[in-house]
Amino acid sequence: MVDLLWLVIALPLTGSVVIHFFGRYLREPAAGWLATVMSAGAFVVAVTAALPFLEGGDHGEMISLWEWMPAIGANLEMLWDPLSALMALVVTGVGTLIHVFAVGYMHGDERFHRFFTNLNLFMAAMLILVLGGNYAMLFLGWELVGLCSYLLIGFWFNRSSASAAAKKAFIVNRIGDFGFMVGLMLVFVSFGTLSYAGIFEQAGETLSTGMATAIGLLMLVGAAGKSAQIPLYVWLPDAMEGPTPVSALIHAATMVTAGVYLIARSGAIFELAPVASNVVAVVGALTALFAATIAIAQRDIKRVLAYSTISQLGYMFLAVGATAYVAGIFHLMTHAFFKALLFLGAGSVIHAMNDEQDMNKMGGLLRRMPITATTMAIATLAIAGIPPLAGFWSKDEILASVFERGSWFSALWVIGLVTALLTAFYMARQWVLVFLGEPRWEKESDPRESPTVMTAPLVALAVLSVVGGLINTPFRLGLEHFLEPSFELVSLQLAPEGTFMLLVLAALSVMAGVVGAGVGYLTYRRKPARWRSFEESFEPLWGMWEAAYDVDGLYGAVIVAPGRKTAEVAAFAVDTRVIDGAVNGIGGMVRRVGEAGRSIQTGYVRNYGVLFLGGALVVIAFLAGAGS
Amino acid sequence: MVDPGWYMSLAAVLFAVGALGLLLRRNALVMFMCIELMLNAVNLTLISAGRALNDLNGQVAVFFILVVAAAEVVVGLAIIVAIFRRRTTASVDDMSDLSG
Repeated sequence: MVDLLWLVIALPLTGSVVIHFFGRYLREPAAGWLATVMSAGAFVVAVTAALPFLEGGDHGEMISLWEWMPAIGANLEMLWDPLSALMALVVTGVGTLIHVFAVGYMHGDERFHRFFTNLNLFMAAMLILVLGGNYAMLFLGWELVGLCSYLLIGFWFNRSSASAAAKKAFIVNRIGDFGFMVGLMLVFVSFGTLSYAGIFEQAGETLSTGMATAIGLLMLVGAAGKSAQIPLYVWLPDAMEGPTPVSALIHAATMVTAGVYLIARSGAIFELAPVASNVVAVVGALTALFAATIAIAQRDIKRVLAYSTISQLGYMFLAVGATAYVAGIFHLMTHAFFKALLFLGAGSVIHAMNDEQDMNKMGGLLRRMPITATTMAIATLAIAGIPPLAGFWSKDEILASVFERGSWFSALWVIGLVTALLTAFYMARQWVLVFLGEPRWEKESDPRESPTVMTAPLVALAVLSVVGGLINTPFRLGLEHFLEPSFELVSLQLAPEGTFMLLVLAALSVMAGVVGAGVGYLTYRRKPARWRSFEESFEPLWGMWEAAYDVDGLYGAVIVAPGRKTAEVAAFAVDTRVIDGAVNGIGGMVRRVGEAGRSIQTGYVRNYGVLFLGGALVVIAFLAGAGS
Repeated sequence: MVDPGWYMSLAAVLFAVGALGLLLRRNALVMFMCIELMLNAVNLTLISAGRALNDLNGQVAVFFILVVAAAEVVVGLAIIVAIFRRRTTASVDDMSDLSG
């Protein structure tokens, strides 16, 4: 089955091309179902190809398709090892469910087929990213997912906020990509190739600590852009302008985890650069806490989830920075399940509320939409870290591993624990505000449960959010054994061995989750006036959180405004005056010389004759003078 | 043998007559004849110098010049005739279209 692995990429790519050119001839749902079938086909191929890994110990293999740029070790080759297999399964599995949901969600959109063109193209791009066997292919996928993200955030481009958000995402990612590209150049300079096969095994002998640190930090710049970490996270909240399935697929489950994948894949390089690893962990921990505080005070149902995603990505960075790669990838997977579910549930709510996203205008939807409410409750408990749901196992493993690392990592552990508490609080707040209490919407909006095509993926993801964590528990380290061959070259940070220690740590993180969720529930269960006064009691902090610390304003003042000013000076002073002035000046000078010279040309032969004669006499006089 | 100085003087006078005629006359045909006069004045210097120095190269050069001049006369006369047909005048002062 490994020989047919190229189908994993080719199927969604074909779907994208076919729907692009022939989508308009397909009736509305057909284009969506075609895209779904392509995605599901990729999933089936990935599952069959991944089966041998279950027996364990299989290192996987490099599958070469054809030569592309052999001189720099960048050929079309795919690395099929447990790590890329897991990523491919998450991408295709969750992606397929989101495709199904989107068929219902995008119903009636006049560019229905175009949406699925882009969605399938994204799937192909993301699979190139995770399956590529060298950094060149990873970068190719990296840029393609960025392009798809841009296209899909700006899908409703006639809304100016959507096109502005798309541009913002693209430009901020560009900054990260710049660092990533420089990092790749350093990799090439050091190794003479970009192929994983030639890099990771030689890293120990080839790289000096300084070079490894430089590469690691530059990769972190790229990863921070793509995975929305401080200081490049600002694009993700705005990316919520895209259709909700896009937020679920790209900005929660798959694309934004590319940075985590990059760092995990490059573990052999980070192994030589403990400083870079530590920076990754610190950035992750700070982002987790920072974004969690913002998420607390958001009113827009999708913005809560956006900041929550940033915060959870911070957890993953904390894990891979602490070299607990398995824990990071594990959380990546469980997060894909419950965060995709949360976004799709939010989409279902928005759909029912006629595109209302303000949670202050919701409430009491539990009876109207029982399936959405129940599945979202499961996801909320999962992300809050309540056992035995998926989020508990992965978050607990991250916290335990970070704690086991000891020394100053204990501070990061405390940050992680506080973040867990805040996470549980804002998720409970969101669920209660949306589904409980008195309805705060107008009577005529009359929300109803979404159709089966939308609720079925919710149920499937809810099941995954419940059982997904069981593949890697302290009692049975399934995922750890599964991924072991991919992390042979790194010294993995694991959770503590002792049962007592594990229990204490688990109890602490569960307590954080229960306390957070409990406070959230009890606070927002009360009448609106009561919880409003609760929020006001936190002023001025609450206002800062609600305004997201006004980081956008800060960036606007520090980066955007000076940039604009520079562009203005360059355009209207330097270009129009200096550059154009020089060009026009040369032209004017030539013109003036011509004006002066034209009077010689009288048109009378005799004048030319006189000049000719005079010239000849001068030449003769000169020669006579030279001869004597 | 006549002193070559006489030939040279005659050539100088012929050249001066040709040059003055070129500058002072307006009729294109006359100007053309003046040019021929200057050309043949130069031929005269070449041939007399060759004779004085007992060198055949002078006569050889003159033969070449005569042949080329014959060809040039054909072209020049054809141009003048063409202009005359178009403008019904041979005065060069009427042909100042290239005045800047």
